Amino acid sequence: MESTKLRDAAWVVLAGIVLMFVAPLVLNYYTLTLLVIYGLLALSLGLIWGFGGILCFGQAVFYGLGAYAYAVSAANIGESTMPMLIAIAVPFVFAFLLGAMMFYGRLTDVYLGVITLVVTLIFFRFMNTTAGPEYQIGTARLGGYNGMPGYQTLNVPGDPSAYIYDSSLYYVCFVILLVVYVLVRLLLASPFGRIAVAIRENESRVELMGYDARFRKSVLFAIGGGIAGLAGALYASWAEIVTPGLFSLGQSAEIIIWCIVGGLGTLVGPVLGAAALGYLKFALGQQTAVDNVLIMGLILVVVVLVLPRGVVPSLMSAFGSSSRRNRPNAVRRGRRGRGRADG
Amino acid sequence: MTISRRTILKGAAAGSAALASPMFIRNAFAADPIKLGTVFDISGIFDAYGKPIDMAVKLAVKQINDGGGLLGRPVEHIGYDTQSNMALYTQYAQQLTRQDKVDVVHGGILSASREAIRQTLRRANTLYFYNIQYEGGVCDRNCFVTGVTPAQTTEVQIPYTMEKWGKKVYILAADYNYGQLMARWIQKYFKDGGGETVAVDFFPLDVSDFGSTITKIQTAAPDMVYSALVGGAHLSFYRQWAASGMKSRIPLASTTLGVGSEHLVLTPEEGDGIVVCYNYSPELDTPANKAFTTAWADMHGAATVPNIHELAVSNYQGILLWAEAVKAAGSVEQAKVIEALDSGLSLDGPAGKVTIDPKTHHATLDVHLMEMRGQKLNVLESFGARQPIDTQLVCDLVANPDDNQQYEIDI
Amino acid sequence: MDLAAVFILEILYSIAVLVLISAGLAVVFGMMRVINLAHGEFMMMGGYATIVAVQAGVNVYIAMLIVAPLVVGIIGLIVERLVIRFLYGRLVDTMLATWGLSLAFTGAAVMIFGNTTTGVSTPIAGFTLGAYQINGYNFFIIIVSILLLVAAYAILRGTRLGLVARGTMQSADMAAALGYSPDRVYMSTFFVGSALAGLAGGVLAPLVGLVPTWGSAYIAKAFITVISGGASIVLGLLSSATVFGLVSQTFTFLSGPVIGEVALLVAAIILLRLLPQGITGRFFKGRL
Repeated sequence: MESTKLRDAAWVVLAGIVLMFVAPLVLNYYTLTLLVIYGLLALSLGLIWGFGGILCFGQAVFYGLGAYAYAVSAANIGESTMPMLIAIAVPFVFAFLLGAMMFYGRLTDVYLGVITLVVTLIFFRFMNTTAGPEYQIGTARLGGYNGMPGYQTLNVPGDPSAYIYDSSLYYVCFVILLVVYVLVRLLLASPFGRIAVAIRENESRVELMGYDARFRKSVLFAIGGGIAGLAGALYASWAEIVTPGLFSLGQSAEIIIWCIVGGLGTLVGPVLGAAALGYLKFALGQQTAVDNVLIMGLILVVVVLVLPRGVVPSLMSAFGSSSRRNRPNAVRRGRRGRGRADG
Repeated sequence: MTISRRTILKGAAAGSAALASPMFIRNAFAADPIKLGTVFDISGIFDAYGKPIDMAVKLAVKQINDGGGLLGRPVEHIGYDTQSNMALYTQYAQQLTRQDKVDVVHGGILSASREAIRQTLRRANTLYFYNIQYEGGVCDRNCFVTGVTPAQTTEVQIPYTMEKWGKKVYILAADYNYGQLMARWIQKYFKDGGGETVAVDFFPLDVSDFGSTITKIQTAAPDMVYSALVGGAHLSFYRQWAASGMKSRIPLASTTLGVGSEHLVLTPEEGDGIVVCYNYSPELDTPANKAFTTAWADMHGAATVPNIHELAVSNYQGILLWAEAVKAAGSVEQAKVIEALDSGLSLDGPAGKVTIDPKTHHATLDVHLMEMRGQKLNVLESFGARQPIDTQLVCDLVANPDDNQQYEIDI
Repeated sequence: MDLAAVFILEILYSIAVLVLISAGLAVVFGMMRVINLAHGEFMMMGGYATIVAVQAGVNVYIAMLIVAPLVVGIIGLIVERLVIRFLYGRLVDTMLATWGLSLAFTGAAVMIFGNTTTGVSTPIAGFTLGAYQINGYNFFIIIVSILLLVAAYAILRGTRLGLVARGTMQSADMAAALGYSPDRVYMSTFFVGSALAGLAGGVLAPLVGLVPTWGSAYIAKAFITVISGGASIVLGLLSSATVFGLVSQTFTFLSGPVIGEVALLVAAIILLRLLPQGITGRFFKGRL
């Protein structure tokens, strides 16, 4: 069972490598890089939501934290390797603490959603008020609404003057995405991953078997946070500016939409969903006939109504390769049940 | 907007883009268009600022092309709508420089958006115009600012209001760098005039409930309130201020109201009597302005004339100024155009005479003290040729051509 | 002394606003376990309905108290028939679908009304309280909120309609067995919830500059208020609105609106961490 999953993963990686070289023929590197970063971000939520059953309305917090942590430390340090690690560590630790706070409090479902949403709002509000000169970390001014430009972007480790940008940044991001994908697959194949899925299916049963679900959920949540932070750091390097908009509810909403459209309970689904919708948004931004928010909204409604499992799982079951664990409906049904019990 | 024209030109553009020195090639094809790139928030919460700007840009480009273009070449406008999303600015700026390879970029509304793209354009050696009134202090040889700065407007506005109303001021400002710096300028000019600031409050751009602030203002009992509030949500302040009956008790002055045609949204009861100071008002009674508004009405319809605001006119003037510089330089090359602009180039625009100050790459402009009355900005008094003395204090691009930062002027 | 009175009035006002913006959401969540994330956009549409009606010459009170709830209620009804009814019992899916709706409504409003700020003037003049000028409209909002709560309580408690509604809410199967169609009860509940959102939008419209994204500023607050309130509609709403109104207004007064809002959010986190079932999940259990 697990070995077939890993064999599938090898095919996915292979397909990914092919795609990595084919995509630049169609689109420019600059846009593609962003789509890859979105994919990584979607992967982080796809992991904790699709496999851990944790619906986080605030994945953007970790993304933004990663981006800001990178920007602040890169501005102070003047090279990018250490800031990259800091950008993963800060959201990881923060996500662990936040997760522990929620899971040890036995918060579930809607309540979990509210807390993560509220945390997003707090960060968004706070970051927007840091325009004054008193908000300075080392040499880096947080800059409030304006955001922070002018930090060191990604460079070859050990050589701060060798910037990685444009096509090389694209390949670096894509390789990182593939590596993260493989690591997450391995994680899910490990006992930790299997128990995480078991917790999603039935938390009390797992607890009765003697596992500490609260701790495990916190760790999984933190891993998701770390991946989102990595995506944030890459974004910071790509955009050359970080703004409080990274923490916005709209950003969080987008991540959720990517996962839903792509398909929960898979890892490829969210990544493809992110890339496809990211491209759609970009393409829509260049026309003015129809408001693009309207289109994004309608897509979400239609997908929820027509393809509640997302595009990728629906395609997979259409080709008859859906395995038992790939059933995202179980995720939602499980949560639904508990949701009712809560009321 | 420009898509059809662009598709036609795609072949030519792709051809020149493939070559390392497009300038040289373009001279060979004399009819190749000169590319003017713009990035503005035409939709989203700042569209009240951006829409008229977009119309002004189109008018300027049309007038240039109707007059035979520049250097015998037509001007092609490549515009992107950043949807009031700061993240899109960097994205489209990259696109303008890397893909479209434009010769000049006019763009940015909020200071946030300017700072998001300024470095990108500098690195790409693409000439950049920021044609918006702002807090001052940008010092970058590649960046020309044709909007007014606090020293040009606030310095005449504050003595006028102090003489009229008194010495104690309560300042409300938007919480980002424009508001923060503007609040400091207001404090400085009050201090210079022997006045006093009783309090300063900052508001994020989405705050729309000012109830407790209005109470706090009453507790502080100032002689006047200065507002540097920005955007649609902040408009609620003027509404709630009038609704609580405070308008007849404490007078208001603003450094931003009216820039986004807010005087048309507020009723006369809410807006009358507020004192502002800008480079332009549609009510300006000059031949240049008459010609401009007539041309605007011909292109965009007479109904949109009241929506013309300072930012739109600044951008219109900025583009024409650039066009003059291109003519003077006989080239669109960045270095040559900068040289031409630095020669003290000037233009008689709808808002008066605009002259580039070579030291700061800002502009010497006329300003007009105005009062809102019956949904119009009526000119009280005009002041000619005001220098950007605030930025001149800190910035000297003649002496330090490599300078590249936004100074915070020590007050 | 005057200041204290003004301050208390400010707190009451801020509680009233929270009640007003959350009422529609509370009805829909309390009765149907559906979280309508398009609630803010329903409010926004109520605001536009009011403004359009006023511009068409309708009396401002009729516009905000009758036209706005009616228009938005009907829109809600259409939404319920087209989308929500397929998703009953699927909490997360309804949240996502209504989120999508909220984006779509915002986009549609941008296309129809443009992004330009519009508004109507406040119909009530300010008045003097001691040394202070007070926005008279604040009183109006407080009164509307009180009437709203009283009416909700009376209907749920005292009428047959309320009984059926409460019954369906407790056990839909049992109500169905007794001959009441849950489908119709849900439909009318959603209508009422939407109409309340429209009312809130209409009543708040004269105070603010209205833009299509206006609703998104309220949805988070309403959502937090309803969830923190817990299961019972009237008491839950009142208790959480009181806590949050008090906290946010005090901090706003002491420092500024940002700190006030952050204080509200922090209070919500603490509250939910301590009372994961909301306030009425712990106290006032089983009341309305």
